Amino acid sequence: MDAFTTHTGTAAPLRRSAVDTDQIIPAEYLKRITRTGFEDGLFVAWRTNEPDFVLNKPEYAGASILVAGPDFGTGSSREHANWALLDGGFKVVISPRFADIFRNNSTKSGLLTVVLPAADVEALQDASEADPTLQVTVDLGAREVRWADRTVAFEIDDYTRWRLMEGLDDIGLTERHLEDIDAYEAQRPSWKPTTTPV
Amino acid sequence: MGRTLAQKVYEQHVVRRTEGEPDLLYIDLHLVHEVTSPQAFDGLRAAGRTVRRPDLTMSTEDHNVPTTDLLAPIADPVSRAQVEALRKNTAEFGIRQAPMGTRDQGIVHVIGPQLGLTQPGMTIVCGDSHTSTHGAFGALAFGIGTSEVEHVLATQTLPQRPAKQMSVRVDGELPVGVSAKDIILAVIAEIGTNGGQGHVIEYRGTAIEGLSMESRMTICNMSIEAGARAGLIAPDETTFAYLRGREHSPRGADWDAAVAAWRELRTDEDAEFDREVVIDAASLTPYVTWGTNPGQGLPISASVPDPADFADETDRRAAESALAYMGLTAGTPMRDITVDTVFLGSCTNGRIEDLRVAAELLRGRKVAADTRMLVVPGSVAVKQQAEQEGLDAVFTEAGAEWRGAGCSMCLGMNPDQLQPGERSASTSNRNFQGRQGKGGRTHLVSPAVAAATALTGKLTAPADLQEVSA
Repeated sequence: MDAFTTHTGTAAPLRRSAVDTDQIIPAEYLKRITRTGFEDGLFVAWRTNEPDFVLNKPEYAGASILVAGPDFGTGSSREHANWALLDGGFKVVISPRFADIFRNNSTKSGLLTVVLPAADVEALQDASEADPTLQVTVDLGAREVRWADRTVAFEIDDYTRWRLMEGLDDIGLTERHLEDIDAYEAQRPSWKPTTTPV
Repeated sequence: MGRTLAQKVYEQHVVRRTEGEPDLLYIDLHLVHEVTSPQAFDGLRAAGRTVRRPDLTMSTEDHNVPTTDLLAPIADPVSRAQVEALRKNTAEFGIRQAPMGTRDQGIVHVIGPQLGLTQPGMTIVCGDSHTSTHGAFGALAFGIGTSEVEHVLATQTLPQRPAKQMSVRVDGELPVGVSAKDIILAVIAEIGTNGGQGHVIEYRGTAIEGLSMESRMTICNMSIEAGARAGLIAPDETTFAYLRGREHSPRGADWDAAVAAWRELRTDEDAEFDREVVIDAASLTPYVTWGTNPGQGLPISASVPDPADFADETDRRAAESALAYMGLTAGTPMRDITVDTVFLGSCTNGRIEDLRVAAELLRGRKVAADTRMLVVPGSVAVKQQAEQEGLDAVFTEAGAEWRGAGCSMCLGMNPDQLQPGERSASTSNRNFQGRQGKGGRTHLVSPAVAAATALTGKLTAPADLQEVSA
């Protein structure tokens, strides 16, 4: 995972609520067995069927911050939704509310998800609609989103923030506690099932 | 203060707890399928890691598998490559694998319980959001992404934080023709697709206690559609009876020890929930969805809603967009909606009980002339049992297609897809845009409504059928 400290870029306003993972990337695009190349499936139905879809507009082609309505990422656990956004050039998604699994996956894939109050999300959507070249800064160290003369604070727990800023791999962190895992395994009840064929 | 069932299971699995860090949680069972695992195995190889507990890991092929010509190679080369990658990976890392067409193969959430691998009090994960299904046994079970799949393969643990607790209490007696699917669709319509965010849901109450294991799985399966990562039900005699004698269930003295431990898995009287929802079972009727998320559902007796009637601006816009996509007009009675395809199957409703309910309604009748019905058992074992009971003949004599096991048209990763504009009544879990095929329109229904709908070609409750034939 790449470390994330601060990012400045332009924002694409996605004025839709409950954007589900099947819209972010439909199932037929999940068949790839590599970890890259998922941009072809990103919002593919809307890109194909809706000429006015925000990402079809040339002025938002270079956007790296997606500013979406509430409940972004509902549905499937597919981390491919994170990968498709990253492969599509996005570093940050801002929304008033995220689905749990999507948000959790984002802390593993390096896509930053930022929760802002609905009024601030709408203000940022308005601002990037009025001026698609508007520069928006997402500062993980300061826990702030800044654009024009506005600064809006966001919350993220210290541990996740530290991991993201260091770009740390969870597995490596857990492997420092192998003796705890050994100790736990030693006291598991013997009747717990194994998958070994009986 | 007392603790909830979910809190008890969670606490029993904490490997390490340190201030300022997530807990490290032990995982009792890791289920693996072809779609969300290849990148995880690649990650292990790149880092030179092994699978810590292949004996707590079980793999099968479900999302991509065709439901016809099971003995032929998969025609789609990309699907085939993904299934072949799973076979290669599981062989290399020593993980048990149930390939297409073999006895143990099926939808990952159907085979776990069927093999007796899903037991009360366990932590169960899978790279699939419908892992919540296993909560029906009083397990804490939730979907994870591919990075976490790799983490569990490598360490058999996951960093986790305790969730908030929600109680959904359903008391009273379900009316005839109303099923578990109608309960959960009603719950989601009530609390919304974000109602369970950040929570684990415990389903309780006399109506829940009266349900079979299959029905309990249907309810827990769709917890994620209410936004909750996990949903669970306290284990009881129904649970123990289901598990006794299954391939991986404890035996002899182990069985007694296990049941004694399982009996402790109940929410304390004085436990507090962060949110409580109460539903009267007697007030429920068959539910159907009209929109493009599972919360957009109504009793089948209702009409397509008018977006103008939604007070909330976001809900109103979502309703407008849903009606446009679904090709529906406000005010149309739900019962007047004609469907092209009926899909009976999926991890929500692809179990033997679901097939029995549908077959009972189809017996001696014919699927409507312009309607096609696909019946896709959730596993090879479900298929074999249905065939032993003669259900396959009931379906085929009625004009339905009897298929092989897999996820099939729930998400159309195999050739079973809706055509653009085609409308389905589906016993699956998601009516998202394009979920069952590009431009496809999905109405989520129970198995009984699916069967009744297949007979008339329009959204139909089982009770309507009796009136027709009377």
